[in-house]
Amino acid sequence: MSGHTVEEIRQETRKYWVVFLALIALTVVTVAVSYLDLSPGMAVFVALLIACFKGGLVAGVFMHLISEKQAIYAILLLTVVFFVVLMIGPVFGRWGSTGLG
Amino acid sequence: MQIPYNVDARPDTGLYNAKLGVWLFLASEVMLFGALFSSYVLLRTGDPNFMTIPHEIAEHLGAQDGALWSGQLNVPLAFLNTLVLIFSSVTMVMSWASLKLKDFGKFKLWMGLTNLCALGFMVIKAIEYSSKFSHDLFPSSGNFLAVYFTMTGLHALHVIGGLIVNGYLWGPGSKMWKTEPERFTNRVEVAGLYWHFVDLVWIFLFPSLYLL
Amino acid sequence: MSVLEKHPEEADGHGHHQESFLRRWVFSQDHKVIGIQYGFTALCFLLFGFCLMLLMRWQLADPGKPIPLIGGLLGEANAPGGIMLPEFYNQLGAMHGTIMVFLAIVPLAVGAFGNYVVPLQIGAPDMAFPKLNMMSYWVYFCGGIVMFASFFVPGGAANSGWTAYPPLSVTATAGQTWWLVGMVFLITSSLLGSVNFIVTIFQLRAKGLTWMRLPFFVWAQLVTAFLLLLAFPPLEAAGFFQLMDRVAGTSFFMPSGLVVSGEIVQAAGGGSPLLWQHLFWFLAHPEVYVLILPALGIVAEVIANNTRKPLWGYKSMVGATMFLGFMSFIVWAHHMFMTGMGTTISNFFQTTTMIISIPSVVILSALFLSLWGGSIRFTTPMLFALAFLPMFGIGGLTGLPLGLAATDIHLHDTYYVIGHFHYVVAPGTIFAMFAGIYYWFPKITGRRMSEFLGKLHFWPSLVFMNCIFMPMFIQGLAGVSRRLYDGGQQYAHAQPVLHWNKFMSVAAFLLLAAQIPFLINLFWSIKKGKKCGDNPWQATTLEWAAAPSPPVGHGNFDKVPVVYRGPYEYSPPEHPQGFMPQHASGAEGEEG
Repeated sequence: MSGHTVEEIRQETRKYWVVFLALIALTVVTVAVSYLDLSPGMAVFVALLIACFKGGLVAGVFMHLISEKQAIYAILLLTVVFFVVLMIGPVFGRWGSTGLG
Repeated sequence: MQIPYNVDARPDTGLYNAKLGVWLFLASEVMLFGALFSSYVLLRTGDPNFMTIPHEIAEHLGAQDGALWSGQLNVPLAFLNTLVLIFSSVTMVMSWASLKLKDFGKFKLWMGLTNLCALGFMVIKAIEYSSKFSHDLFPSSGNFLAVYFTMTGLHALHVIGGLIVNGYLWGPGSKMWKTEPERFTNRVEVAGLYWHFVDLVWIFLFPSLYLL
Repeated sequence: MSVLEKHPEEADGHGHHQESFLRRWVFSQDHKVIGIQYGFTALCFLLFGFCLMLLMRWQLADPGKPIPLIGGLLGEANAPGGIMLPEFYNQLGAMHGTIMVFLAIVPLAVGAFGNYVVPLQIGAPDMAFPKLNMMSYWVYFCGGIVMFASFFVPGGAANSGWTAYPPLSVTATAGQTWWLVGMVFLITSSLLGSVNFIVTIFQLRAKGLTWMRLPFFVWAQLVTAFLLLLAFPPLEAAGFFQLMDRVAGTSFFMPSGLVVSGEIVQAAGGGSPLLWQHLFWFLAHPEVYVLILPALGIVAEVIANNTRKPLWGYKSMVGATMFLGFMSFIVWAHHMFMTGMGTTISNFFQTTTMIISIPSVVILSALFLSLWGGSIRFTTPMLFALAFLPMFGIGGLTGLPLGLAATDIHLHDTYYVIGHFHYVVAPGTIFAMFAGIYYWFPKITGRRMSEFLGKLHFWPSLVFMNCIFMPMFIQGLAGVSRRLYDGGQQYAHAQPVLHWNKFMSVAAFLLLAAQIPFLINLFWSIKKGKKCGDNPWQATTLEWAAAPSPPVGHGNFDKVPVVYRGPYEYSPPEHPQGFMPQHASGAEGEEG
């Protein structure tokens, strides 16, 4: 988390602006990539990869997750596990099914 | 009667109450938007015609037969909205940093910018939606639009919620800076965490709906 | 001094302020008042839900006959000539389930007991966010009003089951929209509450109260809060989708080419009814652990206290509870074995379902083993706690054939399922709730409830609960489907087991009668119960040993407790006849 001294906080704010520029750039890349003729699977993979990276920057730097406490990490880890279950469960439920519904 | 650790961090967890509280709330929001994304995936992979505009509607729109719904979305506007939200994210964290640096004037500036961005986002959203409605495109027109309106709509409700909270902190709520500066700084930090999450969701929404 | 009389503002250190009646008793931010509000409201809904069921059971005992007395009051739309329409039966069924789960049991188990007891047991002055706590209650109350009001809209209340499966629920009458709106209120209330509980338990534990010194009740509430926090949002999303389908004409759950009552449904189609089932059960399975965990917590407290010895296997119980909570998120599709899922995915959910029975067995076994070598006091709370054990055992064991896909083919959607889950919630959870009421009543009011009336409540309740639910297994095994408004009368395979309907219905009304001693006891004892000291049960946990009965208005404790030992130091070596309260340092034990 950002430190207590004035200098440490100023350094943190510099980081924020660097991340801001990175996010802008990555957004441009996201749109540019969408004009490439990628296969659907590849398009999804690349778009989500970039989005995860952007999300990671927002979470890690803006939300200070990179230096958060253990309790928060534990809660988020649990959440991520259940999030993944929720994402893949219903879709996998269709695999090998009778196809109805 | 004082509730302990409202402002100061509890030594063993290293957190003050609202910080833990807001992360827990965000965890529940991850599950909410997770359900929305999961549903989008299930519906889209379940229906081979999900992305195709039905014949009668395509005719009405003057679009080609077999055209895709994604062609109906306004990518430039959404791209602009993405930039607006990202900017508002950095202004939000700057407003908190200003309070840590005891600069109330800068706080007002950065928080004010954040709120302006939020308003801007809503204006652009309104333009997008009204353009759809004026072409007779509604959630009932097809499942892609149903997903589009529901997901961006719920996201927009979250933007409005954040705007209300941040507006309060910029306005009447900022009186607390004079009496309890640390507690006020914590409030701004916690509101910031929520606001960044709203940005984070959009970072995933934008490509998922507009570009894929 | 009873809780219902205003306390004089004692010297609580921060200056006397005369709160208005509204601020003090209606919009209170005191967890004790909020807990009582939740408790009272939840018990009203419990009674209401019970009455809905009694109407159903009357119909099942004598299908197609006019219902005496009440029949005329139900209105022509629901029961013309006093004869219950199938549509109304379906409303009763859907709302009985909804009300019992979301308006009665969870608010009682979590909102009432959790709110009142947890801050006291951890030595905290209140919950972490008192204002949020107050909002949680009022949002729940609003949801309850919406659900209750839905009976009076044209077409009546929701009638597509508490499970609200589309496309039926999407094409159902207006009451279903009210149900969805009510659920949004209830889910919101729940989310605010669960944040509050987790932060309170993490942050406001008294000095010395380490994780492994927490009363098991607090652990149970903590895991329950996590279940509510992470499992409810997908149902909220699904609720929005269903609202959109009903109100905005979307087709999230509406498949293409749907024909209802001979008419083609005007919707874009392309949706998936199974999507609703996935999202619903993603919540609803963890929800059943929300129903049972606080009950296990209460039973653990009552057993430790009334055996005068520590719980057996406390660490295992804590570990099992956490494991149970985690596993509950990956078993949900065992409710969907009959939807045509592929065998691989069915196997996965069958396996996780079998695995999840292990922690339940660990906890139940630990509770049974806790009795061994104890000096058992057969107080009323203990009677309910003891009965809970085998009843929950039956409920749990009967779940096994449902969790195995092959046998579920025969049993799915039969009365066997109804028997299974009612054993867990009725002589299971509800008995634990009664145990909690009898146990903590002295803390809330400073008075004892009558032991005689308590036993008069307990014994018939136990007998009649079994009379109602045991025959359901018989009917289910015979193949009688659930949700049949005539109880199976028109089916040949049901004929040999139809006679059980009358038997169960009689038992249901006798069960109602058995609650009368409880109601009398509860209300009479508030004013006239025998006054007791601060710790009549001679308990070790902080709510008993460190706070007066009732606790101090603001802040709970005269002196903020510091904890030196575990939660169940009964009959320790240095005080074989007594007990060591958690906050007693050194040799300050108490003789029994």
